[in-house]
Amino acid sequence: MENTKLLNLSANPHIRDNITTSSIMRDVVIAMIPTTIYGVLQWGLNAALVVIFTIAFAVLSEYVYEKAMKLPITIGDWSAAVTGLILALNCPPDIPVWIPCLGAVFAIIVIKQLYGGLGHNWMNPALGARCFLLISFAGKMTSFTPVGADTFSGATALAVLKADHGATVSLVDEFIGRIPGTIGEVSKICLLIGAAYLIIRKVISPKIPCVYIATVAVFTFLFGGFNLMFTLEEILGGGLIFGAFFMATDYVTSPITPNGQIVFAIILGILTGLFRLFGGSAEGVSYAIILTNILVPAINSVTIPKAFGKEGSKS
Amino acid sequence: MNKYVERIYNGIIKENPTFVIMLGMCPTLATTTSAINAIGMGLSTTAVLVFSNLLISALRHVIPDRMRLPGEIVVVASLVTIVQMLIQAYVPSIYSALGIYIPLIVVNCIILGRAEAYALFNPPLLSFCDGLGMGLGFTFALTVLGSIRELLGAGSIFGFQFIPEAYHISIMVLAPGAFLVLAVLTAIQNKLKLPSATNGDAENPEFVCSGNCMGCFAESEEKAQAPVKKEA
Repeated sequence: MENTKLLNLSANPHIRDNITTSSIMRDVVIAMIPTTIYGVLQWGLNAALVVIFTIAFAVLSEYVYEKAMKLPITIGDWSAAVTGLILALNCPPDIPVWIPCLGAVFAIIVIKQLYGGLGHNWMNPALGARCFLLISFAGKMTSFTPVGADTFSGATALAVLKADHGATVSLVDEFIGRIPGTIGEVSKICLLIGAAYLIIRKVISPKIPCVYIATVAVFTFLFGGFNLMFTLEEILGGGLIFGAFFMATDYVTSPITPNGQIVFAIILGILTGLFRLFGGSAEGVSYAIILTNILVPAINSVTIPKAFGKEGSKS
Repeated sequence: MNKYVERIYNGIIKENPTFVIMLGMCPTLATTTSAINAIGMGLSTTAVLVFSNLLISALRHVIPDRMRLPGEIVVVASLVTIVQMLIQAYVPSIYSALGIYIPLIVVNCIILGRAEAYALFNPPLLSFCDGLGMGLGFTFALTVLGSIRELLGAGSIFGFQFIPEAYHISIMVLAPGAFLVLAVLTAIQNKLKLPSATNGDAENPEFVCSGNCMGCFAESEEKAQAPVKKEA
């Protein structure tokens, strides 16, 4: 009677893995820990409070909404915590704590849950909320604390470059993170450590971030006056590294087809370059990502790979 | 219920042009940045709507069927010009706040919609009440929307300041805020099953909007063309 085992039928997928949503999200949180610690150490108590309260409000609003709507409670999958953490890292260090908390509620309830929860939101919740805050509290969201006791102005490296094309910002300072900026975006070395962890754990593929950064580099080089130094400063200066590795690679809001991911990253790069060089503000990563998120369904549908065996046939 | 009162009730609650029929979205979204602008827009539209319904209904046997759109536009445009000049003369502050949206009342969906759907088939007095109901429903919806947006975005209602400036969520008085507030209000209206034509328990409600305007339009076009085809 042992043969009956062979007759078991099951629906696909037949190959299973131990990866779950919560293990992926946990890895993303782990990857952001270095840059969070750096930001908190550099800017102190208020930055720590922003991180803690934003995560708390994100998780809490997910719980309250799902409880109120009688849905299964999904706070165990860490996705709300990731949204909260990304949003907190996107805020200036001395912002009043209630502002990112309001943003966290907006991200979870309006951008994520109203569209049906994780997997159904078409826009990256943390970035959508960041743009919501950026438009609502323009002054507070763009006033950055200078680093340490130095008395240089609170403008970000990108704003300095934007105001004066010939200005130079120390690449070493940009790389380590001794520049004004949001809590999580400044330390490129900590971000790259986290990104390397995600790539080694195969949580993200390096395709989207690398193509994205390369496109921005080419665009900035071509339209920024063929200036290699300026190009490097632009790449390391703002939230590009953070956005490329942690936000553009969001599973829900990036294309699933291999060619689509390249198209997605190139569009992101061109938009970011356009916003930075020709737009009104110095930074353009957030707007580029949420705008391109809208295009993702279209990108997916035009880049469906040919099925195996049908490559040569004309449809 | 008296049929005249019924038309007014129908316009304000049952087929509220903003929350139920979803007509005239452009002025709804654009002019509700503050409660006073919203009331100004709502009342100017009401004035035009009431008299356009009355005149078009009175002229409904005179206007040839094939020329009905140009005929309606002429009537509506004349009324809008009168209203525009009156506003400019007596409340210049509203005139400058509303700007291009006053002349644009000419192409407001509610006005042409009521003329097409109601005034062309009903006697003048009934059409007058229908226009009054629809206009007041529109004014009511706009005022609610404008008050909420002004309260959240600028911390005041009708210019009375409630919330200190540090706590203003200024996105609410910008374009995205209009969509957010309108969507939330419509969702609340649907969730609470407030009386409306689409929330009724009747199996075949007289008015069902699935949001598919093109489908609805094509259906009505087919109906209109069916007898012509037979003749040919």
